[in-house]
Amino acid sequence: MSDASATPAGEAPDAFEAYAAAVLEAAGGRATRVPSLPHELHIDVPAEAIVAVMTALRDDPRVRCEVLVDLSGIDYLTFGRDEWSTHAATGSGFSRGVTGRYRAEPQAAPLPAAPVAERRFAVVYQLLSIAHNRRVRVRAYCAAGEPPVIDTVTDVWSGANWFEREAFDLYGILFRGHPDLRRILTDYGFIGHPFRKDFPLVGHVEVRYDPEKRRVAYEPVSIEPRVLVPRVIRDDNRYEPALLGHPPPPPGKPNG
Amino acid sequence: MAEIRNFTLNFGPQHPAAHGVLRLVLEMDGEVVQKADPHIGLLHRGTEKLAESKPFNQSIGYMDRLDYVSMMCNEHAYVMAIEKLLGIAVPLRAQYIRVMFDEITRILNHLMWLGAHGLDIGAMTVFLYAFREREDLMDCYEAVSGTRMHATYYRPGGVYRDLPEQMPKYAPSKFRSRKEIDRLNEARAGSLLDFIDDFTQRFPKCVDEYETLLTDNRIWKQRTVNIGVLSPERAMALSCSGPVLRGSGVVWDLRKKQPYEVYDRVDFDIPVGVNGDCYDRYLVRVEELRQSNRIVRQCVEWLRRNPGPVMVDDHKIVPPRRVEMKGDMESLIHHFKLYTEGYSVPAGETYAAVEAPKGEFGIWLVSDGANKPYRMKARAPGFAHLAAMDELVRGHMLADVVAVIGTIDIVFGEIDR
Repeated sequence: MSDASATPAGEAPDAFEAYAAAVLEAAGGRATRVPSLPHELHIDVPAEAIVAVMTALRDDPRVRCEVLVDLSGIDYLTFGRDEWSTHAATGSGFSRGVTGRYRAEPQAAPLPAAPVAERRFAVVYQLLSIAHNRRVRVRAYCAAGEPPVIDTVTDVWSGANWFEREAFDLYGILFRGHPDLRRILTDYGFIGHPFRKDFPLVGHVEVRYDPEKRRVAYEPVSIEPRVLVPRVIRDDNRYEPALLGHPPPPPGKPNG
Repeated sequence: MAEIRNFTLNFGPQHPAAHGVLRLVLEMDGEVVQKADPHIGLLHRGTEKLAESKPFNQSIGYMDRLDYVSMMCNEHAYVMAIEKLLGIAVPLRAQYIRVMFDEITRILNHLMWLGAHGLDIGAMTVFLYAFREREDLMDCYEAVSGTRMHATYYRPGGVYRDLPEQMPKYAPSKFRSRKEIDRLNEARAGSLLDFIDDFTQRFPKCVDEYETLLTDNRIWKQRTVNIGVLSPERAMALSCSGPVLRGSGVVWDLRKKQPYEVYDRVDFDIPVGVNGDCYDRYLVRVEELRQSNRIVRQCVEWLRRNPGPVMVDDHKIVPPRRVEMKGDMESLIHHFKLYTEGYSVPAGETYAAVEAPKGEFGIWLVSDGANKPYRMKARAPGFAHLAAMDELVRGHMLADVVAVIGTIDIVFGEIDR
């Protein structure tokens, strides 16, 4: 249901803010708070400081994030882009036969901390403190350039090993210092990083058994990519925070 | 003398004890495992990428197919994430129904685990017993959703429909005698709730049966005690959750610690292990069967007394009733918009987690205000547990690998996604 899952039942209302302050302090001025849903703590950390901040978040007695619940990549390439205009009417009418290409002009950036073009890839860590019963979400943008690179956190939590392999496989993010950075989910010998937004949903190759060569053959895909439901972005004033009954998210407080 | 070398053993992906398509490359020194390297991804379907290409509601069915042994719990995390972003509150009756089916799902999952784990390490009978009870619970799934497994029953805003007043009955056939049909239909005379109530009364006896077969069984204990020991510190560092974490003695259960839906209104206990070995994890899960049964009973009692809506009354998110559509223009428009375009979810991101039978199942959902998720990431408990596999089996014999695979309760639908 609503935000009950993020807070332990019956706690003081400012306990969350106190924990948030402790997290920012433990990060030592390297973290920026990102506006989020009520009772979800989300901070941005620069990629070069990620290991130092993560170690601090794990070891600081007021924060104690013992568990790395999840680690995943994200590609912000088409963030806030749609395939079908909803802001203006046309003289010719609308067609649902979209080509799957995003429209040239992006929608107004809907998030206050909307990512900039140079910061395409980010790694997002979901941390959990069992001692304090709190969750923290940490996002680190990889530096611009190909391939995106970030330091590994396998020395902070051993459990990060496979999560980082997955992010490497699906997004091509290189984790510097990872002990065993191999592909994990895709096929042996797979080319490309399938969860990138510029990787087509139908993929590049298809396989079939070739009875003449008596082996499995790889060929370029024969199916046409098609869009069944165009992606549309609608501004909906029903979701204004004031109308939903909870206070607007706190403004991003830099450096606690 | 001949030179003695380590050799590499390929286990799976077509091994009956691999629980699906696990390929395990084992480096062996004689019969002792030196290193285990699980190769996964043979069931990778790109669920998350598919979800990014579809309106929100069309991906609920994919959630069932992640951990295909605990279907409704996966749906639960997904719809909870959408509800958080939309900021909608679910009617109380729907919350009770969700909790009841989450626990039915937990029993389903643990029965499957118990049967398969027993079968793997040499206890045939418990498999047959466990599947006998699973059949009844599958019928509950079928009664509410029409399918035995992939229910698509939870929807953002509630559940698809209210509990049926009648339980489907067995029809006479040439394969079953009249007497047998009557016996099978005995518990099905009333509503679904009556059937579940009857089940919860029978079920503790069934768990006793499983326990007489296993708990003090000498062979069972020889195969599980002190096998795959995981200390609480390592369990936390390796991102373990659920029964694996609790088996190591960490008191952590999202249903108690971060209660969602109505878990704070029902009474139940959290079993915790001591040694962190396969046997303790077995004991934890068996006790969870009993505790889940307790929760189901309380939900049945509440649901009997409190009729009410099971869906929010907002046709921007929930389709209107078919009857309304026949005479009301606005309902028809709502229906059309919902099924051609879906609803737009306000920009933002959230992480919603449920205590799935295997551990913490979470959905990280990023929306940029569109009718499709921008990024959806499923956090599968089995993925982290299988990653810990190498550490669990090092130094154990080959036969113990099978015991460890069984004890971490892996299902490839969620690991490969």
